[in-house]
Amino acid sequence: MRIRKNRQTRIDEGDMTPMIDMTFQLIAFFMVLINFSEVEQNQEVNLPSSELAKPPDVPYEEPLTVQMLADGTILFGGDKMDSQGLESALLTEAQIVRAHAEKRLSDVTVVIRADKEAKTGKVQEIIEKCQDAGFDTFALRSRQSNISTLTTP
Amino acid sequence: MKIRHTGREDKIELQMTPMIDIVFLLLIFFIMTFKIVLPEGDFNIRMPSPASNVTAQPSETPTLMLRITADPNGKLAGLQLDSQSFGNGPQAFAQLHAYIRSLIADEGGPGSADDQEIELDCDYNLDYGYVVRAITAITGYVENGQQHKLIERIKFSPPKNP
Repeated sequence: MRIRKNRQTRIDEGDMTPMIDMTFQLIAFFMVLINFSEVEQNQEVNLPSSELAKPPDVPYEEPLTVQMLADGTILFGGDKMDSQGLESALLTEAQIVRAHAEKRLSDVTVVIRADKEAKTGKVQEIIEKCQDAGFDTFALRSRQSNISTLTTP
Repeated sequence: MKIRHTGREDKIELQMTPMIDIVFLLLIFFIMTFKIVLPEGDFNIRMPSPASNVTAQPSETPTLMLRITADPNGKLAGLQLDSQSFGNGPQAFAQLHAYIRSLIADEGGPGSADDQEIELDCDYNLDYGYVVRAITAITGYVENGQQHKLIERIKFSPPKNP
């Protein structure tokens, strides 16, 4: 009854209800998937793939991410640097960890995200610099792969 | 005016338009802040610095030595485990993997595989992707959805400066 009365005075531009339903669906979808964590994953780094790589069962206590692009540029803490810069940045980081009452150097895991075309020697140098600074636990990052990477197509 | 005309009944007409505006704003916000974070996996290697490694007990089984050579472009030139050579063809890593599987199965016993250590000696300008593939071939395999481990102790030889 009410609707019948309003029909004369209301301007209805086509039924908007299904569109609003879809909009609510989309909002719910994005709300469920939203990820606010600031993960240090520079998209320029093409990680090598491996079928054995799996995310750690327990998240690392103190992850420290060092990235390397294909040309050898090192990204650490949001800055681009070369290996000299990395040395000083790592020493600073080690001092900060030592100064902190509850953290220890042995709890720190250095996560290395190197491009698949980066030179192995340079990655080894990063590992050496981290060892010099006092870190000894490393995790080499790679992309997960469902197919075997042992054979080259 | 409209409301007054329809009589004395108080009808509160719910204005949907502002709500839909806010809904669209929310939607745009979520679309803009949507970040696709790909899940990444890790290989865990514990590598204490060589200086402190002197006190570690030597393993009973001799350390295997994997030599990976590169051509000037960084691509794989040769793959060699101790005296076994696997070449640089498309099946090189698969053959390496099969060989290591046979090695570990031969020695038998639950303890021997844990004790085996392997050292990776790579050329300086080798593409890093090959190293990850080598580690994949060495550390284990996935069969029927289950992960099996082969060699877990890995260390790198010092890099040869160019």
